[in-house]
Amino acid sequence: MDDFLVIDHVSKSFGAQRAVDDVSLTVGKGEAFSLLGPSGCGKTTLLRMIAGFERPDRGRILVGGQDITALPPELRPVNTVFQNYALFPHLSVWENIAFGLRMSRRPREEIRSGVDRMLELVRLSEHARKRPGQLSGGQRQRVAIARALVNRPQVLLLDEPLAALDLKLRQHMLMELNTIHEQVGTTFIYVTHDQGEAMSLSDRIAVMNAGKVEQVDTPEHLYEMPRTSFVATFIGDANFFTGIAVELQHEGYVRVLIEGLGSPLVLSNGELSANQKLRLMVRPEKISLTLKRPPSGERVNAFSGIVEDMAYFGSHTRYRIRAGEHSILAQLQRSRFSGGEIDPARGSEVWMSFHPDEARVVRLEA
Amino acid sequence: MKRSWLPVITTLGVILFLFAPLVVLVVNSFNASRFGGEWEGFTLNWYEKLWAAGEVWESLWITLKIAVSASLAAMVLGTLAAYSLHRYRSGLQNVHHMLITLPLVMPDILMGMSLLALFVLSGVETGLLTIWIAHVTFCLSFVTMAVLGRLQDFDFTLLDAARDLGASQAKAVKKVLLPLLLPGVLAGGLLAFTLSIDDYVITFFVSGPGTTTLPLRVASMMKTSRSLPMINALSTLLIASTFLFAACSSRLQRRA
Repeated sequence: MDDFLVIDHVSKSFGAQRAVDDVSLTVGKGEAFSLLGPSGCGKTTLLRMIAGFERPDRGRILVGGQDITALPPELRPVNTVFQNYALFPHLSVWENIAFGLRMSRRPREEIRSGVDRMLELVRLSEHARKRPGQLSGGQRQRVAIARALVNRPQVLLLDEPLAALDLKLRQHMLMELNTIHEQVGTTFIYVTHDQGEAMSLSDRIAVMNAGKVEQVDTPEHLYEMPRTSFVATFIGDANFFTGIAVELQHEGYVRVLIEGLGSPLVLSNGELSANQKLRLMVRPEKISLTLKRPPSGERVNAFSGIVEDMAYFGSHTRYRIRAGEHSILAQLQRSRFSGGEIDPARGSEVWMSFHPDEARVVRLEA
Repeated sequence: MKRSWLPVITTLGVILFLFAPLVVLVVNSFNASRFGGEWEGFTLNWYEKLWAAGEVWESLWITLKIAVSASLAAMVLGTLAAYSLHRYRSGLQNVHHMLITLPLVMPDILMGMSLLALFVLSGVETGLLTIWIAHVTFCLSFVTMAVLGRLQDFDFTLLDAARDLGASQAKAVKKVLLPLLLPGVLAGGLLAFTLSIDDYVITFFVSGPGTTTLPLRVASMMKTSRSLPMINALSTLLIASTFLFAACSSRLQRRA
């Protein structure tokens, strides 16, 4: 991936608050990239710095090799789709989309063909004469995208593009955004707090927390191999166990002593030394539940516990299981329960088991 | 369903209450009787006399000059004032807000007297300029209030959006902020215009020789019964032009 958009050691403070703290990122040309994090993590500030509405205290921002850090927003090869769309209420849909081309004084003919082409792309040609106030939420969203894309930006920024839509429309627009991205091939940068949105929209995601980037990776890697417990909990659910590496085995396997539970064998993805304190993460759906003790073997980690609580979700059921001082979340597909005819009831004893490769060692935070 | 007559009766009552005096005035302007107590036959005599009364037309001209220039100045200053009041926050902002709303609640007589005291103290001769200053002072508050109301609903990310789409700061203001504030500016300006045109109390204090505005002229004409019917004729013309103005502007709005 070539480095098309480069964010180079960028920091920004508001008073004593460090909104963005020494962030470095590179995004490739044509990539769909997401900045994901809870509110106040600095993702919106970072976006506003790329757009030019905020000036970084330190660091540089480059697009296609050009340093744009000092450029005002109107001179940047970047356009934004605002969270509330910020369509001009006094202009028609057509005039809204034409705004950017008019500002750059393009010839009349080019403006006409450009706007018409965009209206076609977002399938709003028959609404060209309407005012934004006469459109539905989804239509306004598409006008905002067309208004930004008509300027052929090198980077398109989308600030919480789906937050203002209802659930059903959101799913629809998700697909539509992917289609538009495929058609225009521009670099898309999404800012979102919704991990599901980020996962289905982007090639890569930067997970941000408290002004810093915790991990940059593909959606699959973030889910399967989170490096920090923040990433593990922000993307999906996770069980955490703190333990001590008691026995290093070959091929990166390590036996971990977890007080009150046992000593499972897990695959570590980093350098470990004996007697090191570490943190384990296991996703709820990686845990199998059985009524009888599973056949023991080198590659099976099994523990017993008591079902404390359960919730039925249709496609799956969630169980909260108590094992000593640990409270463990397990999630089962209906068909995957293999312990017999009956589902485990509240208060009954069950066996939890997981394969060593399904557990992850994550960074131990202070 | 039983129809209620109450709304119709209410409407008729309001019309009677509001327009009966106007009807009396219009009818009397064509009445040959000087005092209008009884109908003594149709005449256009008063209109002829009015036409010949040059000082009335001179007063109307002065009034229009002041009303137009004062409301234009108030529209510019009021819009700037409203923008700064809305956009910037500081400890002094509450004071500024109070200062700008003060003329709305201050009695006219107090304002007229204090302005006169100021002009006398600073040696400014009362005349067209002092009237204009006084009118801008109170018109300013009305325009500011109208524009502030408009700014309350203004989404400032629209300016970010304009900048993002390649507009310079000045262009963003011209293409996005001003068009969206315009209804407020115009409403405030219109209000200022009507207030300026019929202001009596403040103008009474700050006017000088040769700057008798229409309200001042009408008041002085009231003192002599000879010119009383002329006031009726003048008022009838003013009513007619007001209706004409309203009709034109509503037709223009429909076409736009």
